[in-house]
Amino acid sequence: MTLEIAPTPATVPVLVDEHGRTPRGLWGITITFFRRQPVGAIGLVLVLIFGLAGIFAEWIAPYNPTSNDFAAMTEAPSWAHWLGTDQLGRDLLSRILYGARTAFIVGLTSSMVGGFSGLVIGVASAYFGGQLDLWLQRILDIVMAFPLIIMALAVVSIFGTGVQNVIIAITIPLIPRCARIVRSSALAIREVPYVDAARALGYGHTRIIMRHMVPNVMGPFLVIITAFVGQAILAEAALSYLGLGVQEPVPAWGLMLQGGAEEYASTAPWIAVFPGLAIMLTVFGINLFGDSLRDVLDPKLRDR
Amino acid sequence: MYRYIISRILLVFPTLIGAAALVFLLMRLVPGDICLVRLGSGGTSFTQASLASCHAEIGIDRPWILQFIDFLWGLARLDFGNSMWSGKPVIMEIATRFPISLEVAIMATVIAVVIAIPLGTISALKQNTWIDLVVRSFSIAGLATPAFWLGIMSILIVLDVTQAVFGHPWMPPIDYVPLWQDPIRNLSIVMLPALTIGYRYAAVSMRMTRSAMLEVLREDYIRTARAKGLIRRLIINRHALKNALLPVVTVIGIEFAFLIGGLVVTEQVFNLNGIGRLMVLSVQNQDYTLTQALVMVVVTIAVLSNLVVDLLYAWFDPRIRLA
Repeated sequence: MTLEIAPTPATVPVLVDEHGRTPRGLWGITITFFRRQPVGAIGLVLVLIFGLAGIFAEWIAPYNPTSNDFAAMTEAPSWAHWLGTDQLGRDLLSRILYGARTAFIVGLTSSMVGGFSGLVIGVASAYFGGQLDLWLQRILDIVMAFPLIIMALAVVSIFGTGVQNVIIAITIPLIPRCARIVRSSALAIREVPYVDAARALGYGHTRIIMRHMVPNVMGPFLVIITAFVGQAILAEAALSYLGLGVQEPVPAWGLMLQGGAEEYASTAPWIAVFPGLAIMLTVFGINLFGDSLRDVLDPKLRDR
Repeated sequence: MYRYIISRILLVFPTLIGAAALVFLLMRLVPGDICLVRLGSGGTSFTQASLASCHAEIGIDRPWILQFIDFLWGLARLDFGNSMWSGKPVIMEIATRFPISLEVAIMATVIAVVIAIPLGTISALKQNTWIDLVVRSFSIAGLATPAFWLGIMSILIVLDVTQAVFGHPWMPPIDYVPLWQDPIRNLSIVMLPALTIGYRYAAVSMRMTRSAMLEVLREDYIRTARAKGLIRRLIINRHALKNALLPVVTVIGIEFAFLIGGLVVTEQVFNLNGIGRLMVLSVQNQDYTLTQALVMVVVTIAVLSNLVVDLLYAWFDPRIRLA
């Protein structure tokens, strides 16, 4: 049987260039995205800067992020220390570069794991429906009643602090939020004729889900996991700031704002200013990119 | 209508019981013996007998289901047990700190509404102009700024400005006084935290106002109103804004629950002795009874604010209550 089921309109990318053509290849898509979504492109560039900084921190960072230099404590920004030093004489620029790594590890891992778990639950819930859907929805309702940071705090109180536990703590509250959105998109697709057709042709659940349901919820799914990366980075920063997240000596932006930052606020403001700016610019970039991605992937939401 | 209201109110109970079950389960996942943590936390030595009596006191030796029923019964009577750290009843610990958090939360909501609705509306009306761009950037930045950093920055600015103006730095006082005793002192304590939290809250609501407004402005009845020559102000206030506000109300209600999450960090920055700070302390001290009570309080507030949103929605939108 070689009956191919036509792709749905929803999977057709809406990213078109000025001649109405759809770009091909990664390079073509990138070029067209930059032309059509300049604001999103700025966001992407910001994210890439911090992401690359995190990956190549060993090579770029001028100093060791954890080595103290008591001869150079709370030094103002200078040629030797571009962003100044903290109360232990550690170079702020180096700590911010390494902090990018922590932020992205936590942000990407928790958004991916949380997002994919949510995708599986959401699609399964919509596809199988019935009792499974009913119970899953009730459980998701309950988990959703916990504000993200409160849930994360509760998880940290049990498993303790540290990078791994922070990831778990942030991932759990993200799952229902993704499942909810995926489910509502998947529900609409379950009813379309080609899914019925696939069923009538005797295709198995796995094939229908993988070939027809999942590709169709990819748009909203990509948008939501992009937003999750930003939320996870903010949550990690908040937990670390509270002393309940990443622990010293791991360099993390939230941690850099803890303790010293407030104490030295008036005498050495750079300790407080730069790590916060790093968080803000990264999440700002992610949000700008996410907004453009939504415009591209979901034409219904354009102009919003 | 009444059927909808009653069924919606009844739906709160399974959610709350489920949340209680989740909290109960989470707290039982604590690795090791909760009594060892409790007895060992003071750094003192303890005997087998005291360990056994601790087990009996918490009731860990009984079946889980009985423990859970006891836990629920305690919640229903607002009896959360004693704090493992201070030894005082948990409900007292929470009650003394609740007013300040509530005040900050309410003020942040007011600030958010006052900023978000006019700016969001203007942004929609002037779509794709520089005003729109500025407002949107302001709101995307609001979503990206960590509340605690904004708090630190606002303290920094206040210190610098007061230093420049009065010659000596001024900091808002920390010891809380109720609004009716000393309004100025109260407001000087609460204002900065409320602004800090309110910014993010405003950013979210602003985006919602803008998108809802844009959608409504494209409706046929707006075109009709315009065609019949109705003045612009009336169209916007009476026809557009009124309908656009529904989703905004939802966002404000849902975000109210998240605001309590924001309180956790902001109270820490401003040294406010509210329930957010209490939550951080309880986690740091591994005070499980206090943590579970606080989580339940927050979840209850979240569930209730969702309920209020749904009821308001039904009130405003006859299509829902008649469906």
